[in-house]
Amino acid sequence: MKSNDVILQAVTKIVVFIILTLAVYLFFSGHNNPGGGFIGGLVLAAAVVLLILAFDVNTMQRALPFDFKVVGALGGFIVIATGFGSLLFDVPFLTQTMGEFDVPFFGEMEFSTVTIFEVGVALAVVGVVVTIILSISKDV
Amino acid sequence: MLTINMAIAIPFIIAALIPFVYKRFTRVHIGWFVLFVPAVLFIALARYIPAMAKGNTYLRSFDWIPSYNINFSTYLDGLSMILGLLITGVGTLVILYSIYYLSTNESLHRFYLYLLLFMGSMLGVVFSDNMMVLYVFWELTSISSFLLIAFWFHRKKSREGAQKSLLITVSGGFGMLIGFIMLYVMTGTFSVREVIATISTYTDHQLFLPAMLLILLGAFTKSAQFPFHIWLPDAMEAPTPVSAYLHSATMVKAGIYLVARFTPVFGGDATWFWLVSGVGLFTMFWGSFTAVRQVDLKALLAYSTVSQLGLIMSLFGIGSAAYYYDFSTSSIIYTQATFAALFHLINHSTFKGALFMIVGILDFETGTRDLRRLGGLMAIMPVSFTIALIGSFSMAGLPPFNGFLSKEMFFEAALNIGQLDIFSLSTWGVIFPIIAWVGSVFTFVYCLIIVFQTFFGERHLERLERPPKEASIGMLTAPAILALLVVGIFFFPNLIGRYLLTPAMASVYPQLALEGNLGQTISAWHGFNTELMMTIGVIIVGALLYLFRNYWKGVYKLFPASWSLDALYNYLLEQLEGSAYSITNFYMTGSLRNYLVFIYLFFIALAGGTFLYTGALSIDLSGDAPIGIYEGLIVLVMIIAAISILFAKSRLTAIILNGVLGYSISVVFVLLRAPDLALTQIGVETMTTVLFLLCFNFLPDWKKEDAPKRSKALNMGIAVSVGVLFVLIALSVQNGDLFNSVSSYFENAYELAGGKNIVNTIIGDFRAFDTMLEVTVLLIAGIGVFSLAKLKTKKGDQNLEE
Repeated sequence: MKSNDVILQAVTKIVVFIILTLAVYLFFSGHNNPGGGFIGGLVLAAAVVLLILAFDVNTMQRALPFDFKVVGALGGFIVIATGFGSLLFDVPFLTQTMGEFDVPFFGEMEFSTVTIFEVGVALAVVGVVVTIILSISKDV
Repeated sequence: MLTINMAIAIPFIIAALIPFVYKRFTRVHIGWFVLFVPAVLFIALARYIPAMAKGNTYLRSFDWIPSYNINFSTYLDGLSMILGLLITGVGTLVILYSIYYLSTNESLHRFYLYLLLFMGSMLGVVFSDNMMVLYVFWELTSISSFLLIAFWFHRKKSREGAQKSLLITVSGGFGMLIGFIMLYVMTGTFSVREVIATISTYTDHQLFLPAMLLILLGAFTKSAQFPFHIWLPDAMEAPTPVSAYLHSATMVKAGIYLVARFTPVFGGDATWFWLVSGVGLFTMFWGSFTAVRQVDLKALLAYSTVSQLGLIMSLFGIGSAAYYYDFSTSSIIYTQATFAALFHLINHSTFKGALFMIVGILDFETGTRDLRRLGGLMAIMPVSFTIALIGSFSMAGLPPFNGFLSKEMFFEAALNIGQLDIFSLSTWGVIFPIIAWVGSVFTFVYCLIIVFQTFFGERHLERLERPPKEASIGMLTAPAILALLVVGIFFFPNLIGRYLLTPAMASVYPQLALEGNLGQTISAWHGFNTELMMTIGVIIVGALLYLFRNYWKGVYKLFPASWSLDALYNYLLEQLEGSAYSITNFYMTGSLRNYLVFIYLFFIALAGGTFLYTGALSIDLSGDAPIGIYEGLIVLVMIIAAISILFAKSRLTAIILNGVLGYSISVVFVLLRAPDLALTQIGVETMTTVLFLLCFNFLPDWKKEDAPKRSKALNMGIAVSVGVLFVLIALSVQNGDLFNSVSSYFENAYELAGGKNIVNTIIGDFRAFDTMLEVTVLLIAGIGVFSLAKLKTKKGDQNLEE
């Protein structure tokens, strides 16, 4: 992708942030509204892919200096670790729990261990999708 | 106090930390860090001994996957205690030894990671009460053994030995898994304890015998019983600490443990008795017979291990006869065999562990293990000589070493069983003491070979790789401790008998333990009885055979290499590879079109066939919602897009039209009020389009097909039938009531899972296990794509696909 598309690049610079915000929003709204870890992860990956398309792989790597293989592996680890985490509390594997807490400034908020699980799902999705796209595109 | 579940988990947790520790402390040998794990666990386990001697057992259960009856339950009783102490005790000594054996130039983090992995899984095998959990740990020991055998993976023989052991033990493990599932089908429980409690009502079940045979297959492959013993000698390519630990003291005892554990289930059955004792006895003879011809010290020890495992196995088989009489007092006498088996299990670990370590020292100091090159090392390595002498003579069954005691008990058991008149033993029983005696003679011969060929005779220093010297104190500590135990157990055998063996007897004979004391007194002197005569006979005949061994060595020429089981294994492996290769080549044509045809034909046959066969294709549109104008419009757009793809002139147009299809589906989802699905569909569609674009970069130019009319018609037929089938299935799904409705879960998702978005509560909570596995699959797929791309770039420009 050697083409030098000024308009696409200019738009991308702004749009990527919108997409990233949307991804985070979707991720957190997933508990009670449409969204969730898988969708959030996909949208995050979409932002990364847009960066690759508009610029190139190296620019993307400079902007987001992560090893996406590690990101994916970390996601997988979190997913499995939450399963084992529930064993520490003497409840069946992968039992999720939640509670409501009074957080200063934000007021009453609900926290749930599902969120940790979903973080793992999202990271795994981003990591794997970007890894696949990177490895195929590098294979030219 | 430390629970047993934690004891299993600790090695795994430390194993996960090893890479980080290894990077941080480069100066210190990482073994010192690892050494604490088995040492602490050993002490923690040993603290249970007094309570166990009083007859206590400890059961602790974690709900793992309660919906499938799979619980991580651990059961600490006498039997698992012995194995647990062996795993941690020998583990401590082996790690101490390995610190001196392996230099810091080796990739130690891998070595200790695998070793801890093994330790954790082995503890899991012996402490698990749930058969499914036991199976998982069982296969984990096979895998960690595979990794350890192939530790020096640059050697071809290491890789082959690792492959062989994995193939044989894992196939046996599969058999065992099926056996476990059969037991579950019969009894409705995965818990070994509950199976033992209820099995008596199922002995006539048609699955009883298959389950027994399959579980025995698992045990025999793991414990290297004839004819599956061939993997053990090849496994000796592993570093010597591994051979001492996995392949003599612990992992190969897992099969024996399994037999002991399931004796209350299958004991008293004639098939079980004959298989376990017969295979064990023959393995004992064959192993010792083959050991004598070996010239590599480690191979000799491997065959000797095979033989000793057979001995223990046969004792458990003989002991199972006690179940025949339904626990009357007359059966007490046959429990003596089990007592001897447990005793020899401990003894074997002590003397064989010491011997392996000494062979490792010889290899380390002289650079060779070949008996033809060694000799006369007694003066140079006096301490090693002493330990080797103690270990070998204990194995040969001489006093004052612990092997003498258990060998005498073995003879006693073999003599006793000959007088039993069940299982048609009145005709065949006489062969037990005979084979036992012949096997022991050969055992005596190879024990003499170990000591005399290595440490006596002429010294040929020029044949050694380097000038020999006595090993360092650190290296000698571990085998010296084991040698002390060998002597110590001879003088105080009843200490072990009371605190370890008697509680273990209660696990093998739970009912008998309730009625009376199963404990026995071990004494070195019984008077001039048959057993002692047999031992004296072994010594005399064995010594004669050793002295005149050059005259009868021709016997081994009767078994040429081309007739061995190894040759059979190699032949089977070659055939398997060859036929798999040709079958795969037959359908892997390298043409994407062919692959799609395979997939679609398979789909039509399987899905369509199933629906037709079961009569599930019934379409009832009356319950469906009416189709609105918007849905109609979208579907029209989709139809136009789909048909246009066929007439597209360039790839780009086709991709865009395909995208139209995908995004239209998401609009349909929106119209049907499924925003989650719509969002996912949009995301997936975007990613696929990008991937399509990337991949099409590699494809040749899009040109008009010049395929013959017939194949075009065939393709069209397949395409149309797949489409029709999809529509039919989608329409008839509405009428299916094969399964209970799950909607009750979703109606009160908020109460059960605390989320108002039921899609997410399904993904993250109700079906979290599925999601976890899906994420794992996704990861594996990602790694697969990455490694395929990497592999191709490494091979340069040579494109394998073309």
